[in-house]
Amino acid sequence: MAEHLFQFVIWCVALLVLMVLLWLVYGLLDHGLAKLSFEFLLSEPQNAGRDGGIISILVATLLILAVTLLAALPLGLASAVWLAEFTATHHFWARKVRLALDVMAGVPSIVFGLFGYAFFGIFMGMGFSVLSGGLTLACMILPVFIRTCEIGLRGVNNSWRQGAAALGMPKIKAVWYILLPAAMPAISAGLILGIGRATAETAALMFTSGYVDRMPESVMDSGRALSVHIYDLSMNVTGGDAAAQASALLLLMIIIVLNMLAYAVTDLWLGRRLSNDLA
Amino acid sequence: MKLTLSFICLMCLSGLTQADNRLNLTGSSTVAPVVMEIAKRFESVNPGVRVDVQTGGSTRGVVDSRTGMADIGMVSRALKTNESDLTAHTIARDGVSIIVHGSNDIMELSEAEIIAIYIGKITNWSEVGGEDRRITVVNKADGRATLELFLAHFSLKNSQIKAQAVIGDNQQGIKTVSGNPGAIGYVSIGAAEYEQSVGTSIKLLPMNGVAANMQTLANGEFPISRPLNLVTKSLTPLSQQFIEFAQSPAVADLIKAQYFVPASR
Amino acid sequence: MFQPHADRIAKPLLAAAALVCAAVLVLIIAVIISGAWPALISQDLVVFITDASWYPLEGQFGMLSMLLASLLVMMIAILLAAPMGIICAIFIAYIAPVRVQKIYRFAIALLAGMPSVVLGLWGLTVLVPLVNKWSPPGLSLLLAGIVLAVMILPTVALTSLAAFKSLPIALQQAASALGVRQHVQILKVFIPAASAAILSGMLLAMARALGETMVVLMVAGNVVQFPSGLMEPVRTLTANIALEMAYATDQHRAALFVSGLLLTAMVLVMMSFAARIKGHNDYG
Repeated sequence: MAEHLFQFVIWCVALLVLMVLLWLVYGLLDHGLAKLSFEFLLSEPQNAGRDGGIISILVATLLILAVTLLAALPLGLASAVWLAEFTATHHFWARKVRLALDVMAGVPSIVFGLFGYAFFGIFMGMGFSVLSGGLTLACMILPVFIRTCEIGLRGVNNSWRQGAAALGMPKIKAVWYILLPAAMPAISAGLILGIGRATAETAALMFTSGYVDRMPESVMDSGRALSVHIYDLSMNVTGGDAAAQASALLLLMIIIVLNMLAYAVTDLWLGRRLSNDLA
Repeated sequence: MKLTLSFICLMCLSGLTQADNRLNLTGSSTVAPVVMEIAKRFESVNPGVRVDVQTGGSTRGVVDSRTGMADIGMVSRALKTNESDLTAHTIARDGVSIIVHGSNDIMELSEAEIIAIYIGKITNWSEVGGEDRRITVVNKADGRATLELFLAHFSLKNSQIKAQAVIGDNQQGIKTVSGNPGAIGYVSIGAAEYEQSVGTSIKLLPMNGVAANMQTLANGEFPISRPLNLVTKSLTPLSQQFIEFAQSPAVADLIKAQYFVPASR
Repeated sequence: MFQPHADRIAKPLLAAAALVCAAVLVLIIAVIISGAWPALISQDLVVFITDASWYPLEGQFGMLSMLLASLLVMMIAILLAAPMGIICAIFIAYIAPVRVQKIYRFAIALLAGMPSVVLGLWGLTVLVPLVNKWSPPGLSLLLAGIVLAVMILPTVALTSLAAFKSLPIALQQAASALGVRQHVQILKVFIPAASAAILSGMLLAMARALGETMVVLMVAGNVVQFPSGLMEPVRTLTANIALEMAYATDQHRAALFVSGLLLTAMVLVMMSFAARIKGHNDYG
């Protein structure tokens, strides 16, 4: 009886959450699907974004995301490994780093925007650029990414570490060949959360990568991200709603593709490690 | 790690080779979309010139043109007395109209009634001849040019206003009012007129008997209006050229397409 | 202790990476403090957090009601999102059939990537008119909390799921060997075993809710006041920054930086407090 009730409650909540998601997606499809086409995808925006397409904005978004991941992935993984494997939990600096990261996770995105504008934009001289926006986003997703990876690493069974140590394996090798693959579900969760946060961010990018909707020629050019475009079209540009909803729909599709890639890559990595182990 | 760093350095270097024929504009989010369109046309008639437009609010336009961060600032109001170090170049005008929900049967409100509603003396539409429904007062956030215009016109202080909702950008105002049958708010005339024409559930109220539309705004009859300005501290030949272009009839169609009245002579 | 050569090189490099990440916070705080400085020297910090009247154009910078609103919105969001997020994680990890698992995890990832503007718009144009029918103006504390809950639910769900997935397989085998029913296994074995990680995920989600701007800006109503009920409009500190930063000068701008500082301080207090509750002190 209790078993059935338990299952029932869980199915209900799971369905409820799914319904909310479907409701959201339905709204976007309802308003945006008519506008979405290959032409929309492949042409430059015109008339403040109401007409034309979003190709330049798409390119800028992907460039920003690439910079973000190139900066955040190595830095984040290294930090997580240090926190989880190379220091004692109570190590002074480890505790400070952990506290700093958790506080950083709660800094409002608009404050990140002001920070990025002041530090990357002005102090480092990057101005309004894809680079400045990408690095600001990297700072923003680091806390969640690192903490999720650290949690994952800590969760790995201790006997694996002991096994590796008994074989005389350097710790760093054990991390690379055994612990990271074992922590892969957590790492991919962190990656997905990070990608989601980065593609969805508006406030921080308005101050860093900027508003220019021209095709960016290098990462030093200002480029408008999709989320900034959506915000501008729906809140600021009269008559921009249809284009805003179509852009939002496209953003969701990008997230789907990126998530699939993240899964594929983590699976591949996991597979490689396991086959190496067997060989 | 190393690869990432060297990659980033390389990209930095490639960006350093920038041309001189480049204009930076920052400021008002209201002005930004229209200036962006003007900039594109300016680029197409002046090959080799690049005009970058950044948004962020009128204050930013003032500050950045002062510090030289921007060649030209965009400001959606008249300059204040403490901003006399800057020169304003008006490119367009915008009006502010009172709007209510489309289902509201009120046809007109006197200035005294509007004031009474905004300071919370009147809280139900039945008190001004409408149906029995609670009034939702929608106000703008501090510092917005439209708020200052509204307060100045009705001689109110913001601390007197009893609002049930405070909004930022124009479209947020329209969406808030159209989703609430009891709401009253004030937004850009051109935007409101467009939204009404595509079936959004809002209604523009006349002000002192003057209907709120683009015509009364253009001929100067409508009482609440503001200039949309480009501001400069000093003029380079290129920024002078751009400002003259933005004030010329050659871009009047672009300004009208963003629902403002061109200031071109 | 003996340390292989590779580790002697790797350890300082890894530590450097972690310190660089932490240094970002120091930089952020430095930027906020330098922005807030004019306000901090002209007015006692206590006045900002004990006074409730915010009329920046008239020189009054009290943030108490906004501080309270930020906390209340966050509480509502986490009260809704935490149980539902954990249940979603249990669903994926233990209940759902294999094929459903993948699809459902995908759905949660999709929700995680939903731009806050889209969520805010959904709240403003779909939910507000619905709520408006029985309790005008609809823009309210409760609604902001609900939409925020939708936003942070994926964070709770994905971190909890990661926690369940990294539980030792031996634990699961032992649990099923005992012959207890599945719900007893989940409630009495798996959740307690993963509790520290779940709590960390919840903290991240709470911090995210406290720092979120766009959603609250669109559905909370943004009226600076102490809410007398769940259906009253409120303004949070983040919405305040977003609404006014672009238009603020001098003292007003500095006061907005003070609110940024307050938010950061609140997260700091929250994290330290949570560390106490967790028993073992993560931060010191």
